[in-house]
Amino acid sequence: MTSTVTVTATGAKKSRAQAFDSALLREAAGLAWRKFAPASAVKNPVMFVVLVGAVVTAVITAHRIGTGASFGFELASALILLFTVWFANFAEAIAEARGRGQAASLRSARRDLTARRLLDKNGNGKKETIAATDLRKGDRVLVQAGEYVPADGDITQGVATINESAVTGESAPVLREAGTDHSGVIGGTRVLTGDIEVTVSTDPGESFLDRMIGLVEGAKRQKTPNELALTVLLAALTLVFLIAVSSLPALAGFMDVQLDTTMLIALLVCLIPTTIGGLLPAIGIAGMNRALQANIIAKSGKAVEVAGDIDTLLLDKTGTITFGDRQATEFLPLNGIGEQRLALAAQLASLEDPTPEGKSVLRLAQELGYEKPAMPVDSQFILFSAQTRISGVQQADGSHCIKGAAEAVKRWAQQRQLPVSPVLDTLVNRVAQQGATPLVVADSQAVLGVIALSDVIKPGVAERFARLRALGVKTIMVTGDNPITAGAIAAEAGVDSFIAEALPEDKLELIRNEQTAGRLVAMVGDGTNDAPALAQADVGLAMNSGTQAARDAGNMVDLDSDPAKLLAVVEVGKQLLITRGALTTFSLANDVAKYFAIVPAVFAGALPAIAALDLMQLHSPQSAVLSALIFNALIIPALVPLALKGVKLRAQSAEQLLRNNMLVYGLGGVLLPFVAIKAIDLMLSLFL
Amino acid sequence: MIEILLLVLIPLLLAWPLGLYMTGIFSGKPHISDRLFLPLESALFRLSGINPARGMDWKSYGRAFLFSNLILGLLAFVLLLLQSWLPLNPDGIGPLSWDLALHTAVSFLTNTNQQHYSGQAQLSYFSQSIVLVTLQFVTPAMGLAICAAVLRGMNGGRNAETAQENEERDLGNYYVDLVRGVVRLLLPLAMVTALLLAAQGVPSTYDGAQKTAVLDATSEIKEQTIPLGPVAAMVAIKQLGTNGGGWYGPNSANPLENPTPVSNAIETMSIVLIPMAVVFMAGGLLRRRGFTLMSLAAMGLLSALCIGASIYSEQLPNAAFAGLAAEGPNLEGKEVRFGADASALWATLTTQTSSGSVNAMHDSLNPLAGLVTRAGMLVNAIWGGIGCGFVNFLVYVWITVFLAGLMIGRTPEIFGRKIETREITLLGALIVLPTLCILGLTAFTVAIPALTGNSNPGFHGIAQVFYEYTSAFANNGSGFEGLGDNTPWWNLSCVLVLLVGRYLPLVIPLMIAGSLARKRVAPVSSGSLRLENATFCLTLVTVILILNFLSFLPATVLGPIGEALELAQTE
Repeated sequence: MTSTVTVTATGAKKSRAQAFDSALLREAAGLAWRKFAPASAVKNPVMFVVLVGAVVTAVITAHRIGTGASFGFELASALILLFTVWFANFAEAIAEARGRGQAASLRSARRDLTARRLLDKNGNGKKETIAATDLRKGDRVLVQAGEYVPADGDITQGVATINESAVTGESAPVLREAGTDHSGVIGGTRVLTGDIEVTVSTDPGESFLDRMIGLVEGAKRQKTPNELALTVLLAALTLVFLIAVSSLPALAGFMDVQLDTTMLIALLVCLIPTTIGGLLPAIGIAGMNRALQANIIAKSGKAVEVAGDIDTLLLDKTGTITFGDRQATEFLPLNGIGEQRLALAAQLASLEDPTPEGKSVLRLAQELGYEKPAMPVDSQFILFSAQTRISGVQQADGSHCIKGAAEAVKRWAQQRQLPVSPVLDTLVNRVAQQGATPLVVADSQAVLGVIALSDVIKPGVAERFARLRALGVKTIMVTGDNPITAGAIAAEAGVDSFIAEALPEDKLELIRNEQTAGRLVAMVGDGTNDAPALAQADVGLAMNSGTQAARDAGNMVDLDSDPAKLLAVVEVGKQLLITRGALTTFSLANDVAKYFAIVPAVFAGALPAIAALDLMQLHSPQSAVLSALIFNALIIPALVPLALKGVKLRAQSAEQLLRNNMLVYGLGGVLLPFVAIKAIDLMLSLFL
Repeated sequence: MIEILLLVLIPLLLAWPLGLYMTGIFSGKPHISDRLFLPLESALFRLSGINPARGMDWKSYGRAFLFSNLILGLLAFVLLLLQSWLPLNPDGIGPLSWDLALHTAVSFLTNTNQQHYSGQAQLSYFSQSIVLVTLQFVTPAMGLAICAAVLRGMNGGRNAETAQENEERDLGNYYVDLVRGVVRLLLPLAMVTALLLAAQGVPSTYDGAQKTAVLDATSEIKEQTIPLGPVAAMVAIKQLGTNGGGWYGPNSANPLENPTPVSNAIETMSIVLIPMAVVFMAGGLLRRRGFTLMSLAAMGLLSALCIGASIYSEQLPNAAFAGLAAEGPNLEGKEVRFGADASALWATLTTQTSSGSVNAMHDSLNPLAGLVTRAGMLVNAIWGGIGCGFVNFLVYVWITVFLAGLMIGRTPEIFGRKIETREITLLGALIVLPTLCILGLTAFTVAIPALTGNSNPGFHGIAQVFYEYTSAFANNGSGFEGLGDNTPWWNLSCVLVLLVGRYLPLVIPLMIAGSLARKRVAPVSSGSLRLENATFCLTLVTVILILNFLSFLPATVLGPIGEALELAQTE
């Protein structure tokens, strides 16, 4: 599970633990029988042929019982064929059951909720209490502190802190406010503080979650484009084998040989690509599940698949590459002033500072080993304001310790006739050029030095970009910072290029340009002004905390609102395709050995010359056929874990990936069945 | 051994400059050859009312291709039916039956040249040297035209720079491509080759058959009739144009059609020269030299394997000689003049390309070499027929790109253009087609033994029928021989296979190219599949082998493989 490395959601861990628990297996086993219904079976042409083969073999068995002929081989074949289909159904069922389980745990939160709906549009306060399931899109509801949000929607009035752990697994409360880019609320989450008015954004059964459940349920599931193309190819191959096997009785008839129908059916079933045919639906559903495990709700399977094709990732610097809040990373004292004095003044100026920057100054000092001073008695804290751009402390004796923007502090010092060393400007510029923000510290005696506030890059981001680059994905950082700052961060994070001083419209422009050059673009967004770009991007991942407009425009929603998730989505998409390709190759490669097991068996009795093809020296024609059939059936459940987890995605160039997969699944696919069929035959020979 | 190597390497070396020349004449840019040929071509276009400047999308291109074939086919059919009333018939040869005339017309129209007649005995000079030779010049140029159009499509067509997304692309002008292929490529090459062959003693005359006294005076026959005609001209284009239909029934095994070791060398090299040059042309038109190298490697590997197996097989004694004192290679059905090696080489190359001319009887090859000839025709893309062989090769490339594309985790794309459901559906039809035609008709025919006219029972009988349909579908035209094939059933069922085997494998790739051409092109990154490397090349070879192995193994087990095993046991 490399795709969810950065995913911290507890939901993911929970569902992984329950991947194969017994209740799930029981549910899937039952479901697998129900999938024998013709309407359901015919959707998978490969497995449908197997089912028809099973029925024909069963009829032959019944006929032989009726005529008193030996029927053990036919009965065994019929049963193995039946189980081959069942195993395929089971693979699909278990993938569905896991997906449903995950979705249901997300959805359970919103059952049995009631809502207070505002009755008329003028808002004169009349309201009624109804079941949450009766809410319609556009309804306005009131939610007070301690209540549950009855449905997905947008806050239209008020501000609230909300616990979203029921949905995202993240227990820290989040702030949501009307009219901001963080106005979205999810049904089933609890309002901790504040009263809000929410406008419902979906009709019942149409929420993102409902759509996601549709993607993992067999009945409603639409095949994704690549899956459809592969299904067509597999159907064509099935037809080829059907013709090849059907032509044999006539050819044998020319040589006055009667071929055994059961053996021909066995040959056909072994040749058609049952392994990939049986696992194909499960692979697709499992891809959606992996997205869901990462707390990403895709609006279509296609979106997840397309994610694997992404050429360019458009990433907001803030929140995706960096933590977003600037943190103190260095104290730079002026000449003649010790770091200790600077650190002390900086800490005094930050002791009661509620901003993240202020807190980070204290943290830095602590990390550097300075003791935290106590707040001087009778001192007064000066809060940062947009006008003064200074914060600090005024002590009882009237002396100050302050920190603030360079210009503001210089003006403050000049007003007090403190000397301002020209070295200050050098320091300030140097900090700015490194992509950091300089804060100048002063006390009543002197200007002391500079604190460097840096945008701290999230851990592991650079490695992930390197991985993506190996897979051919280009990363572009978008930021409002000036080019110097942006360049420094871009270099440190290892993105391929960046756009500085970007306006929201620039994103749309950039996406269009990339698309004109033939690239597929993915981006993350949360604000309403991101909506056009989200809609234009081939993969638009909207933050769940974002506005309704953004969520509508994107084709995926991230419940955790973690922009770095985009990287995981790309990997899920790639894994999906690789798994399909690898298992198709494996399935076809298997046929070589199956030929050498069955073809001699089919002809051995009548045409002794052909027995020379029996390279594997199998026990008897019957045991050879049964061994191949058993291998053919068992390989499906054996590969279910791989189908559900996906083939491991390594950060390699296309050529390396192809070479490895051809060696493992191509060459391995040729060799494995020789060994396995021989082994099964040895075991069977004990009983026959 | 050295001769064998030279006979393969010399055409490969000649194919290089020839391929560059072909790139030049099909690239649509002014070319040095314009000065010599443009006046003639312009006159032809003016006479026929064709506007050479008009670009065609895949639909117009395909329509023009099919239309020109329909007209030519009807004309050939009628002229063959009426041959006894037409001039140039000094030996007074009678009319053909309608089904034989139809089969012959279709067989030459499809560049197959499968012959259910014996040339010198059943066709007039007019039929051979006017009707058939015309088709032998025109049909390879048609295949080449389609190939050029498909290659242009893979680069987005000639209007790639100016066209909007989803706008139909200009794949060239079919008639210009056709005329250029004939006038600038086939006519000059055939002229040189015909002269060389005539110099070696191949007849070149419009005089009737010659009667001479036999050398052996003691023989019961006192007088021998030696059929003649403008043989050298036909043999030249027969070999160069992957046609294969010779003047005489025994084809190039006949001493008049292939008199000396030198003529044999010239004819052998002519088989593969243009098909090899097409590979160089492809890289030129795609502007990807690496693709040419990869294709050469894939085809060369398969070709070398087949030639090696074939020569090894014919070095073994004939199974009928088992236990006798006589040792040595299998010379049954071979000309002692050429020997086992040169015959095995010819048999391999003629079935890899869609030529089908023979200098030995394939019916008498040892089983392994017999299998190699079938493998060449079933794959039908190792060099292959002119144009159509490379188009078949591209079909394998597309299928491999689809599988390989999935395995690297991207929607499969070739040169940045995505292969999606529409393309895969069309490719699926191409995968099913050979099995359906060859196996379906083989099974049907052997199920009704009265139809087959086999000369052999058992494995060999099935092998004969399988070979005939394989040869027809591959538009190869070589005969396994030993079949009484001039019957309405054989003539008509082969007509069906010939038509399906020619037109669908050319028109469907044209459709795919038309659809690829319109697509948005993704730029190359380290994540995109590159075709120009050993990994892809080996994957491609594997896909080619596995696809054919899986499709045809059961049938070949009851045919040539069964026969081989049976012979092995009798030894």
